[in-house]
Amino acid sequence: MLATDDDLLKQAETWRREGRGVALATVVETWGSAPRPVGSHLVIDAEGTFMGSVSGGCVEGAVVTEALDVIESGAPKMLEFGVADETAWKVGLSCGGRISVYVEKVT
Amino acid sequence: MDLALLVKLNQERAARRAAVLVTEIATGAQRLVLEKDVAHDPYAAFLTDALRMGKSGVIESEGHKVFLTVQAPVLRIIAIGAVHISQALVPMAQQLGHDVIIVDPREAFASPERFPDVPVHAEWPDLVLPKLGADRYTAYLMLTHDPKIDDPALQFALTSEAFYIGALGSRKTHGKRLERLQAMGFDEQTLKRIHAPIGLNIGAISPAEIALSILGEITAKLRLKPDGTKIGN
Repeated sequence: MLATDDDLLKQAETWRREGRGVALATVVETWGSAPRPVGSHLVIDAEGTFMGSVSGGCVEGAVVTEALDVIESGAPKMLEFGVADETAWKVGLSCGGRISVYVEKVT
Repeated sequence: MDLALLVKLNQERAARRAAVLVTEIATGAQRLVLEKDVAHDPYAAFLTDALRMGKSGVIESEGHKVFLTVQAPVLRIIAIGAVHISQALVPMAQQLGHDVIIVDPREAFASPERFPDVPVHAEWPDLVLPKLGADRYTAYLMLTHDPKIDDPALQFALTSEAFYIGALGSRKTHGKRLERLQAMGFDEQTLKRIHAPIGLNIGAISPAEIALSILGEITAKLRLKPDGTKIGN
């Protein structure tokens, strides 16, 4: 079951114990009509498999790409998505909100 | 995040204890604060607030940003009555991420065959409920229609911190129930905690529809402020 964000933390633990490279992305701040609340998680493995969500599906692709970098380098990243952002028009939030997503490696 | 930290966080959750993961955003440094240690933490005031609201978020302390990942225990629904409604309710509640426990002293109802996926206690509520432990992350549903079973469960629920208490039955049935509970010494304010007739008014008829209306009401209780407006994200 992956009904709650806490279940996703369990998923991260399971994947890491299996020896997979794992990153955890967390919505840390939102402005305006953000689709998922602060504390929402996306768990990503080194193959790009992901569970959970940090938006309504708008920016997950971009977060997964960044997460693969984080798994590779080990250095955490803060990602910003929003309508004012250049990249937003490519992968932005259609709802018009703005979010910060913290991506860290599970070591 | 260190795997050991993640494991500890998941263990605390399984043990129904709240915990807060503190991340210094600039450095990525992390530590876990257990519920029992919150009072002595340098961020005690922030942590206490975050835990009460059950909400994760960024705080600013002495010029640096810190992210708090708040983990409150899984919500637990204790259903008194191993009835048809409860059978419909189990998979829906699980889909929502809640734990369910069934209590019914009638062994023919409280059989594992009827409830293969959840703990079933074929015991009287007044005996078993204290053993299951009561906390503010618990909801009690009185679903037997039988005062002999529902009333002792209500007596226990009303003295607990449970965030939701609901009882099945018409307004007339509930009126009689309130009279009995008043006679037992419960005051009006306390009795207002009981949601009855149970569930949102969606015209539910079938057991599954009633289960849906109950879970809708529990969700509203969790997500709405008392004035009916949404708690901000």
